[in-house]
Amino acid sequence: MKYLDEFRDGRLAETLSRAIAAETSGGRRYRLMEFCGGHTHAISRYGIEDLLPGTVHLVHGPGCPVCVLPVGRIDGAIHIAGRPGVILCTYGDVMRVPASNRVSLIKAKAQGLDVRMVYSILDALDVARRNPDRTVVFLAIGFETTTPPTALAVKAAEAEGIGNFLVYVNHVLTPAAIGSILEDGSGTGGGPAALDGIIGPAHVSAVIGTRPYEVFARDHRTPVVIAGFEPLDVMQAILMLVRQLNAGRHEVENEYTRAVTRDGNGKARELIAEVFELRSTFEWRGLGLVPFSALRLKEAYARFDAERRFEVPVVPVADNPACACGAIVRGLGKPTDCKLFGTACTPDDPMGSCMVSAEGACAAHWAYGRFRDRQGRTG
Amino acid sequence: MPHLDLRDGRVDLSHDDRVDLSHGGGGRAMARLIEDLFMAAFDNPLLAQRNDQAQFPVGAGRMAMTTDGYVISPLFFPGGDIGSLAVHGTINDIAMAGARPLYLSAAFILEEGLPLADLGRVVQSMAEASRKAGVPVVTGDTKVVEKGKGDGVFIVTAGVGMVPDGVMISGDRARPGDAVLLSGTIGDHGIAVMSVREGLDFGTSLLSDSAALHTLVADMVAAAPDIHCLRDPTRGGLAATLNELARQSGVGIVIEEDRIPIRPEVRGACELLGLDPLNIANEGKLVAIAAAADADRLLAALRAHPLGRDAAIIGRVVEDGHRFVQMKTSFGGARVVDWLSGEQLPRIC
Repeated sequence: MKYLDEFRDGRLAETLSRAIAAETSGGRRYRLMEFCGGHTHAISRYGIEDLLPGTVHLVHGPGCPVCVLPVGRIDGAIHIAGRPGVILCTYGDVMRVPASNRVSLIKAKAQGLDVRMVYSILDALDVARRNPDRTVVFLAIGFETTTPPTALAVKAAEAEGIGNFLVYVNHVLTPAAIGSILEDGSGTGGGPAALDGIIGPAHVSAVIGTRPYEVFARDHRTPVVIAGFEPLDVMQAILMLVRQLNAGRHEVENEYTRAVTRDGNGKARELIAEVFELRSTFEWRGLGLVPFSALRLKEAYARFDAERRFEVPVVPVADNPACACGAIVRGLGKPTDCKLFGTACTPDDPMGSCMVSAEGACAAHWAYGRFRDRQGRTG
Repeated sequence: MPHLDLRDGRVDLSHDDRVDLSHGGGGRAMARLIEDLFMAAFDNPLLAQRNDQAQFPVGAGRMAMTTDGYVISPLFFPGGDIGSLAVHGTINDIAMAGARPLYLSAAFILEEGLPLADLGRVVQSMAEASRKAGVPVVTGDTKVVEKGKGDGVFIVTAGVGMVPDGVMISGDRARPGDAVLLSGTIGDHGIAVMSVREGLDFGTSLLSDSAALHTLVADMVAAAPDIHCLRDPTRGGLAATLNELARQSGVGIVIEEDRIPIRPEVRGACELLGLDPLNIANEGKLVAIAAAADADRLLAALRAHPLGRDAAIIGRVVEDGHRFVQMKTSFGGARVVDWLSGEQLPRIC
């Protein structure tokens, strides 16, 4: 398929693999975090680790929006869905995330709540148009990639005067999470992950550009290479990071030039700025409370805000103490370090959020990589 | 009273009538529906016996029997409909024993309010599929449920067939060293159906691969009678079928991504929706496992048949206590090919 096969070419992968092996022969270790779930998925799905030397360690980061959504926010969504007349719409991945007492939106739906899976927030807006006597709430999650569509939908609802459409906003900010991991500013006491470099977000960077990462490269002396989600993108980014580290450089480089510029998508950023404002703090699963790391609707759009309308309780809920999702999204642990992995926690019956989305570190390792475990190697 | 008129052996579908509870009530309306629609469409000597069951002689040997329920939504999709699917699916389940399918039964659960024209289209399509396959529907049943308690029409078909002497096909017969064959492109059916599903509709020229595979299987059995396993990768796709066979036989399977035929339209739709073609349903494909020595003969038999033109040897059976299905990726790595968890949900970014 055009524009895809070129980025999945096995022969080019072999060439890159040899180049990486040659550059990493000096005996040092390279701990590289792929921030995004899209990268985690590509690494597992294409078996990229088989093409890397043992000295290159890929550390999964927190970039799966489903994985970092804390239990309390799902409880909040179930609370909203239980209000009379409400139809709760959301993306498919979110439906299976376990909330308190092992309830999930999919289980709440089976118990009679009107929860619907949609492919786009615009579909939820359609549900609102078709059901004027109901209150339609969209559970919005995601990083800067899914935020502009939410802003667009809110503006469309305003322009059309759709009064029965609300958004439960859980949009979070990528740079804040990277900062939290590098600085350990979360207060969870896990200590900063020992990272040598970061494979930076693809789609997120298409929106926000590469500029927001420059502070990390400068202040934390950590190289960042923005990479696309195709497997050759990831291999190329690894090679670029290795070269930076070998040369003692720590810069922001852009491998994904076909989509990402230094300033990103100005229109999308303006749209976000027009509709949303920063929350002073927000809870992330694994990172704890991270200041200025999430968005909410501005006062001018308050009437579309489900949290303001329903007074959703914000109750922090502790994860299952045996669940290692927190350490995993911080890059402090591997899926196989978790006692629950593959036993009490599988994709069919997930305990932790990392096992839910295909982009979660645990689900990706379970679905694609677990055959390596029996060979004494772990992802 | 519905106006189902029989003209020149065809049901007149020009009226705007709908199924109501009287069509399942055992009275005259039901009798007319059965007579004018079902009996006319499926017309064959065994059905014409008009008994509560069909009676037929059987020869000596082993029979195969199967049943399957069809609840697909929407009822009509590019390349087929619930009626033809209900014929093909059950014939294929019989054929996967290497058996020659003989007879089908059909039970219809109709929802009050279903347009009779739609029912007519479904039944005609089903009758045509059955005639084309040479496997008659010899007994049936109709029930009507209240509006809201069904989804238009559900169909349950059962089938019986005869297994030829010397053929012993079973999911537990895969052995290390065996070859794994696939009869053609994967994912066509699932993507064609998704393309017309509410809330997802996208334009594609793709058609469902829904087809009866018994003549293809007959050619394969003639070419190499000792086929070890046959299975049609329907729900859960190729991934689920290979995992089932690996588990049943207590072996591992290694396939090669490069060798799996996938249409560009299917790959494109899967990219857009974040789906894996290996998990997408098929209704006219089969997986065969046989001794390596038989593989080339089977491949030739498959490719000589119109339903097996794109067939390929996609992998081999290996010894593996974990019974993993693994895939060598086109990229040069390896990964597990896992069962799907829950519904296949699109990724969000």
